[in-house]
Amino acid sequence: MEIEARANPMDKYLRADRIPHIWCSGCGLGIVLNAFLHAIEELNIDLDKLAVVSGIGCTGRIAGYINTDSYHTTHGRAIPFATGLKLANPEMKVVVISGDGDLFAIGGNHFIHAARRNIDITVIGVNNYNYGMTGGQLGPTTPLGARTTTSPYGNIEHPFNLCHVAHAAGAVYVARWTVLHAIRLKNSIKEALNKRGFSFIEVIAACPTTYGRRNKMPDALDEMRFYREHSVIKHGIDPSQANIEIGKEIVVGKFVDIEKPTFNEAVEELKKKVKKK
Amino acid sequence: MTYWVEEEEKKVHGKVYIIKDRCKQCGFCIEFCPQGVLQQSEEFNAKGYHPPKLVETDEKKCVGCGFCQMICPDFAIFVEKEEENEERD
Ligand SMILES: Cc1ncc(C[n+]2csc(CCOP(=O)(O)OP(=O)(O)O)c2C)c(N)n1
Ligand code: SF4
Ligand code: SF4
Ligand code: SF4
Ligand SMILES: [Mg+2]
Repeated sequence: MEIEARANPMDKYLRADRIPHIWCSGCGLGIVLNAFLHAIEELNIDLDKLAVVSGIGCTGRIAGYINTDSYHTTHGRAIPFATGLKLANPEMKVVVISGDGDLFAIGGNHFIHAARRNIDITVIGVNNYNYGMTGGQLGPTTPLGARTTTSPYGNIEHPFNLCHVAHAAGAVYVARWTVLHAIRLKNSIKEALNKRGFSFIEVIAACPTTYGRRNKMPDALDEMRFYREHSVIKHGIDPSQANIEIGKEIVVGKFVDIEKPTFNEAVEELKKKVKKK
Repeated sequence: MTYWVEEEEKKVHGKVYIIKDRCKQCGFCIEFCPQGVLQQSEEFNAKGYHPPKLVETDEKKCVGCGFCQMICPDFAIFVEKEEENEERD
């Protein structure tokens, strides 16, 4: 027999009084949060040495559910906030978890420059192909042809391939998973948390309520089945070859894992050099 | 007289725990359990959803892989592994 329980062992990492969370049935965000919590548990990370920063959006609510220092910043500004936090507290692990719109529309400049400077933070970008929170407008990752509230006849704007953007801007670790790859996602988050420098993980997640229902996947389970049948793992592939198009295979995997001095390290080097003079 | 010791084989099972009132009936745990251990119940929870329950046929079918726990977006299901010692035939 199954056993009825009142609490989940992961509740110790949650602000459990806020659970059940606000996300819709089948929304992928709960899986992202769960994978993240399992990653910090397995790495045995001291919660006093961890900060989670989010922007605005359904994804932005993640920070508010984690029982650690967490910040729900203004729209698009999670990365500059995290950058300051990391520079002032180099011993802390600083993680940004936010949505495609928050990180790549209003916050797009912050993303590319944090990657370029190799700021030592981890960014988990949840791509649900639209602005979920505000009713399903098209955003910078909406696939060509997709229907949203602001593209009722199909999207005509070319989307960003987020992993390609991250790679081109200089990220030292770039991976993509769907929420169906929950265990691989968790393992990837562990790698990213241990990586020195700017690490980026794109997570493809279902938003049945505002995106799926306008794009022939009203049930999150349909989208999860699509991931099962149409995702292919291609580790090490050039991210420019991993565009996302409607109905086509979704390429997932770890695309980039390189070494480069971080911004913090460069500052320390510079301090030494200047003192010698 | 025997010259060997019967080795014990450890089989792993899982005990499935469900927090019924957290479930939002997405069906992920049911669909993606590799052992087909779960099914939707008839029962309603406080939000009006049907939480999952075990398929009754085989109590030991759950192998404790924990995938249902990883894939549940609502922290509504988790698994404890238990090892059982069984004599080899
Ligand atoms: C300065 C500012 N502009 C616009 C908004 C309205 N707004 C709230 S969330 C959001 C987009 C959220 O999209 P995304 O980041 O993809 O998050 P999701 O809800 O899809 O997880 C927008 C435009 C705002 N809150 N602040
Ligand atoms: S609107 Fe979309 S992203 Fe927001 S909670 Fe619902 S399913 Fe999730
Ligand atoms: S632990 Fe694995 S086998 Fe057991 S119910 Fe969950 S998914 Fe199925
Ligand atoms: S995965 Fe969680 S929320 Fe979905 S049906 Fe199973 S227990 Fe309910
Ligand atoms: Mg979004």
